[in-house]
Amino acid sequence: MSLTSDDTHLAQLAAVFEGIPHCRELGLKIVSLAPRFATMRLEYSDRLIGNPQTGVFHGGVISTVIDTVAGLAASASVPANSAVATLDLRIDYLKPAHPGKAVTGEAECYRLTKSVAFVRALAHQGDKDDPVAHCVASFMLNSTGFSITDAKKV
Amino acid sequence: MTMLDKIKQYKERGDFAAINSLIPYAHMVGLEAEIKDETITTVLRKRDQNIGNYVIGAVHGGVVAGLLEHAAIMHLLYALDGAVMPRIINLSVDYLRPCLNRDTFARGSLVKQGRRIANVRVEAWQDDPAKPCAAAHAHFLIT
Repeated sequence: MSLTSDDTHLAQLAAVFEGIPHCRELGLKIVSLAPRFATMRLEYSDRLIGNPQTGVFHGGVISTVIDTVAGLAASASVPANSAVATLDLRIDYLKPAHPGKAVTGEAECYRLTKSVAFVRALAHQGDKDDPVAHCVASFMLNSTGFSITDAKKV
Repeated sequence: MTMLDKIKQYKERGDFAAINSLIPYAHMVGLEAEIKDETITTVLRKRDQNIGNYVIGAVHGGVVAGLLEHAAIMHLLYALDGAVMPRIINLSVDYLRPCLNRDTFARGSLVKQGRRIANVRVEAWQDDPAKPCAAAHAHFLIT
């Protein structure tokens, strides 16, 4: 994983996100992390198949990659004690993912207000200009959510 | 027998649990399909590996989206004639309450069926269907 700086906040955030039980179950890894920007990657596995006719990932896999990377970009935009919770997530499935190939999620928090973080994200399989899915999401800040400060206490 | 033949055969028997069992991801996260009173309900079983927020012990939002999408697909397989695997076009999920680490239920309804596209609404709940923890609407290709 690459960080843009030796920021301890980002390093702690990365450790917290990679420690999420469902991310560990899938093997979802952080590729890079910077304030407002995050990239994560998931290797293909037969147990992630949703369409047994084609071998394509289940939509739940793509939504998990996207929700996590978008949440990570939102968390990388706010202080460590700010809790982040997904309000909504809209995903366009642009084309079927290639069976056998890893999927990469990239997210950018493009607007931050006192209460809400707005994030856009993509899922692709090597070519950012030919994504498999496009997403917009919004996150509520400082409500019942997930913060680094709280996660470190668990 | 091809996968489509299997789906057709199970559908004719009304065996949606068997269709569900063809889907590897359903096994991994613990998704099941149940028919009761002529409606199909999809259940996401309590599983520690599905947790996303370990501070409050809530199911990962991506898995909740997966449950909603799965419930929509199961509803389409149940409600539509023929046996095609519906292919998702888009999905919009609203997270209404935390989905805590216990069984979560979801049910879809067909808003509109066109020749090629179906519009489905789905709600998910834990204890009380009147208090949904998440809701979604989605479009599927059904050709």
